[in-house]
Amino acid sequence: MAEPIIQLRGVKKSFGPVNVLKGVDLVVRPGKVTALVGDNGAGKSTLIKGLAGVQPYDEGEVLIDGTHQPLHTPREAQGMGIEVVYQDLALCDNLDIVQNMFLGREETSTGTFDEGRMERDASDALRSLSVRTVKSVRQKVSSLSGGQRQTVAIARAVLKKARVVILDEPTAALGIAQTAQVLDLVKRLAGQGVAVVIISHNLADVFEVADDIAVLYLGQMVAQVDAADTTRDDVVGYITGTKTLTGAPVVDTSVIATGGAQ
Amino acid sequence: MTTTERTEAGPDPLTGDLIGSGVEGGLGDQMSAWWQRVRGGDMGSLPAIGGFIVLSILFSILSPYFLTAGNFANLLNQAATLVMLGMALVFVLLLGEIDLSAGVTGGVGMAIFVVLVDVAHWNWVLSLVLAFVFGIATGALIGFLVARVGIPSFVVTLGLFLGYQGVALSVIGSGGLYRIQVPELIALQNGNLPVWGGWALLVIMLAISAGTSFWDRARRTRAGVPNRAISLVWIKLAVILVLGGVVVYILNLDRSQSVVPVAGVPIVVPVVLAILWVGTFVLDRTKYGRYIYAIGGNTEAARRAGVKVRWIKWWAFVCCSTLAVFAGLLSATRVGSVDAAAGRDIVLSGVAAAVVGGVSLFGGKGRLMNAAVGALVIAVITNGLGLLNLPAGVNFVVTGVVLILAATVDALSRLRSGGARI
Repeated sequence: MAEPIIQLRGVKKSFGPVNVLKGVDLVVRPGKVTALVGDNGAGKSTLIKGLAGVQPYDEGEVLIDGTHQPLHTPREAQGMGIEVVYQDLALCDNLDIVQNMFLGREETSTGTFDEGRMERDASDALRSLSVRTVKSVRQKVSSLSGGQRQTVAIARAVLKKARVVILDEPTAALGIAQTAQVLDLVKRLAGQGVAVVIISHNLADVFEVADDIAVLYLGQMVAQVDAADTTRDDVVGYITGTKTLTGAPVVDTSVIATGGAQ
Repeated sequence: MTTTERTEAGPDPLTGDLIGSGVEGGLGDQMSAWWQRVRGGDMGSLPAIGGFIVLSILFSILSPYFLTAGNFANLLNQAATLVMLGMALVFVLLLGEIDLSAGVTGGVGMAIFVVLVDVAHWNWVLSLVLAFVFGIATGALIGFLVARVGIPSFVVTLGLFLGYQGVALSVIGSGGLYRIQVPELIALQNGNLPVWGGWALLVIMLAISAGTSFWDRARRTRAGVPNRAISLVWIKLAVILVLGGVVVYILNLDRSQSVVPVAGVPIVVPVVLAILWVGTFVLDRTKYGRYIYAIGGNTEAARRAGVKVRWIKWWAFVCCSTLAVFAGLLSATRVGSVDAAAGRDIVLSGVAAAVVGGVSLFGGKGRLMNAAVGALVIAVITNGLGLLNLPAGVNFVVTGVVLILAATVDALSRLRSGGARI
């Protein structure tokens, strides 16, 4: 099995008295799709924000390619090749596909935009994901469907030569056909050797694309298992806390420390 | 067109080729694609251009003086201030912000200038520089309060709009009025280019237009992406040649009503065109401009993409206030004097000009050219109604109706296309 790109060991994060992450382990491998599932409030977003460098972890080890990395700012995370595609997509409706894909990192020559080069690179990035639904790379993003927008957002990460792409609920707002499109895209992304982390509430989607399923329950990683070795019922059990990998019940379920009362 | 390298990069067995970029096809395809965009609600300046033509025809029927060379030159001088102010406002309107103080900023800038020259007897160049420094400082102040402190620009600039009227009063003195006595500046709104200068201007415009077109094409070819049909470049140049040629020809006719001949393109025309060109260049081809559009479209997306949102906003307000001082200069040199009320009434006309031309108040949509066209429409109304000797009230009513009409056409076209607000 390939060497993991990201390894988290005993990662903790709390906001005031609330312990959101209570010592989480996670392994993300190149070319694999790791699904991160868990109920609302399980700590999925907090875990992702730590990896993105938006909210650094309080404690624990973050190893990228086997070496310790701090990940204190978004820039550091991007420097490591970690890109997050957020749920609300972060695209500008009034700009076209090329402009969105290159936003913040435009190609210039003699001080002005090299539109030709950007257009070609954007087109190449989309084609490398076998995107066929986009008619023109000069379309305004406002004219795109939800699935196409997701595609553009993912292609934007590909364009940055991301090694880890984290997708926050990429199919939440999509119809059936568009969901299939995006899941195909996720598979192709992994096929290119990119490590994909996908957050989803939809277990059908998870089982369709994931190689690995990591389940968070109240700030604890209760299971990270091979998708082929587990069943939907098991995963539901992990998510709701009625089942653990070892069969033993979860011990510490209190989220709020009582502080002075102790 | 497809290199081996690229077919490797794109494992698309169906086409193996670039994704389209909307430049494919001949002239006919381009025309229909453009028509599709217009039908899709992307009207740009079309309603304003239509309005300009309709109003011009109307006024030329109603008044025998409207279509004379003298009135045409006069119209350009009249419009110059509003064109400048409209263009200044575009920078902040694109962000979804507003600058209600743009007019009075120009007024106070000119008040400072004229008092320094007339009372303190300073060198006029230095005084003018100081007036512009005042504009830059005002923009920096607005930018600070909006982008750093986080006060809505409407409130900040409303405060300045009120405050600066007081500043203008105390600089000029109530009821006072100072004449501008610098011939170099008076010429800005009253002088004309020599006859050959008009033709030279036309040649320069053609050269710049052709130069940028072919430079862009060369860069696209180098990158390996297709270009638009070359006939489009020739059409664009032909339009500039014919339209510009007619305008220069008319302006080069003697429009004097006395013995001394008056002819030539007003000096303000190349000045405004130069600022229009530089501003458009910055907005279309540099990161600064692109980020203004991005922030206007989706501030959060721009922030996540690494755009320094506060910094860009700051600079947009500085640009606006600086150009507003220039608009104040054009206004002052046209009137020939500066009083305490200078610039007080014009700012909303500037906003109206931008909106009539197709600039969105929600941000993210519009070009400097839109504001210029919109300003010309409003100037035609003022000019035409003035020729008809109608009471001043009619002017405001008609301008208001045109503004609402333009906004209605825009809104309806989007409603029909079901498109987004932006």
